[in-house]
Amino acid sequence: MGDCLMATVRILPSIPIPPESYEARRNQYYSTKILKEMLGGVPQDALKLLGVTDKDLCIPILTYVFGEAQVGGMAAVVSLARLRQEHYGLTPDRPLLLERLRKESLHELGHTFGLVHCPSRACVMYLSNTVVDVDIRGRDYCTGCRTVMASNTAAGRRG
Amino acid sequence: MTMEKKVNIMVVDDEEIVRDSLTSWLEEDGYRVESVESGRKALERLPEREWDLMLVDLKMPGMDGIQLMDEVHKTAPEMLVIIMTAYATVDTAVKAMKKGAYDYFVKPFNPDDISLTIRKIVDHHKLVQENLFLRKELKKQYQLRDMISKNERMLEIFDLARTVANSGSTVLIQGESGTGKELLARAIHDASPKKDEPFISGSCASLSEGLLESELFGHEKGAFTGATNIHRGKFELAQDGTLFLDEIGDISLKLQMDLLRVLEQKEFRRVGGSELIAVNSRILAATNTDLKKAIEGGRFRADLYYRLNVISIHIPPLRERREDIPLLVDHFIEKFNIEMGKEIRGISEGAVGILIGNDWPGNARELRNVIERAVVVAKGNIITESDISLPSTASDAAHRTKSLEEIEKAHIQVVLKENQWNIVRSAHALGIDRVTLYNKIKKFGLKKEGAAPKK
Repeated sequence: MGDCLMATVRILPSIPIPPESYEARRNQYYSTKILKEMLGGVPQDALKLLGVTDKDLCIPILTYVFGEAQVGGMAAVVSLARLRQEHYGLTPDRPLLLERLRKESLHELGHTFGLVHCPSRACVMYLSNTVVDVDIRGRDYCTGCRTVMASNTAAGRRG
Repeated sequence: MTMEKKVNIMVVDDEEIVRDSLTSWLEEDGYRVESVESGRKALERLPEREWDLMLVDLKMPGMDGIQLMDEVHKTAPEMLVIIMTAYATVDTAVKAMKKGAYDYFVKPFNPDDISLTIRKIVDHHKLVQENLFLRKELKKQYQLRDMISKNERMLEIFDLARTVANSGSTVLIQGESGTGKELLARAIHDASPKKDEPFISGSCASLSEGLLESELFGHEKGAFTGATNIHRGKFELAQDGTLFLDEIGDISLKLQMDLLRVLEQKEFRRVGGSELIAVNSRILAATNTDLKKAIEGGRFRADLYYRLNVISIHIPPLRERREDIPLLVDHFIEKFNIEMGKEIRGISEGAVGILIGNDWPGNARELRNVIERAVVVAKGNIITESDISLPSTASDAAHRTKSLEEIEKAHIQVVLKENQWNIVRSAHALGIDRVTLYNKIKKFGLKKEGAAPKK
């Protein structure tokens, strides 16, 4: 994934899920609250911060989300829960799970670089609300999105 | 990434958490999102930009979602509104849809449902925009300046007009009254290299020989009683430009000879003058009479006919191109909407049917007058059958009593006097065309007090 972003990836020790993010009625976790918690512990030298959790995520208005990011911001979070084949009653498939996680992570990080959804299926920024869509879409940013990302990053560094 | 216009979405919900999460989620999808906490705020923000979609919570303190939708639809009837609610009951869903909601979502939404719905709306929106664009393009193809048609013969005429515009040749335009002979002449002028020079139009109908002669060629001071000043005629005014001679079939044999001489020798003298003035304007002529018959009857010179008829264009009457009626109706509605500041959006099928079925002896001009009236009297924003009033037929006119004719004569006289005998203004005030007015002046033998130049 680091190749794709032309950045070094460093894995930080895990942090506990903030209890206030738990939505008891839905047995899910409110991703925005997790993002807030993460923002409290951003290392000084980090360009972006990505959280990965096993919990099923949601936001109040949607039944579930695969992940959430601050558009043009610092942090993003992705959930493994709905990326697993088991979630759909199928046999576990670790390589597939890792591939999906990689795509979802690049997708959410793309948002932190100011990208919005891309109409091209070949692009990792293509909107996907189902694992089928996640599997269909490309595994890297398209040229157009890459250009936007580069100019946003440059603008961010200047500013 | 695409460079399309961003879709504007307004989220209206009293719960902050809903506003925030929906806004950020929609922003990830590339939409421009604004959120407000109440119906009142929503109405305030409405005029700020062209909103494409509103996501409105059903239960809000004060104005609820359906009340807000009603209010919005009063000023923006096309606005797409999606009602959101936490409580799903069939009743409220049905009520919302009946009231004109585009869709109905139960909170929390399945992300795939809302994505698909908004995509559908955006695609629809794109199609509408594309459709508008294509319609405009198509209209260009069907349009020659102010003339509009999709009739094959008319389109051939448009092509011919564009071609002859560059040639400088004399063109004879034939067609019934109201078919747009002068519009075609102007279109030819506008498409010609002379387009920045004057376009002078003169009607040869019903003016006495002497008056017409002076109108066309001008006169010197003292040429006749009342000629107190030098007067430049249409030929001089049209210098370097285009001279359009309407109702050419109505001129006297003597003037026909004068005109022929001017056309052949390319020079003329003012009435009572000796100086030869060169003619370099382009001549376009029009008539609604059958010149060939007039030649047979000895009322029109064959040599002048051939001199004028270098290129001949015959505009078919409206009843022979009924497919143009709906097109013209839309065109006139658009025109009068702008002129009168009205917002008529269309015409009912029944009303169009009546218009298509009519024979239009006065052609497109008559249709224009009928639409002008309909736009004035229409109560709603659609013209219906009751707004259409067709002029009474000839057989009705025959039943009229003489006294009504007298009233007509007296009324025309008054209007002419009020307008100092300006035919265009008087005809407009009377709601009839110039030719009809000329015919009526002839029929009633009306005369301007103390005018008529004598040589």
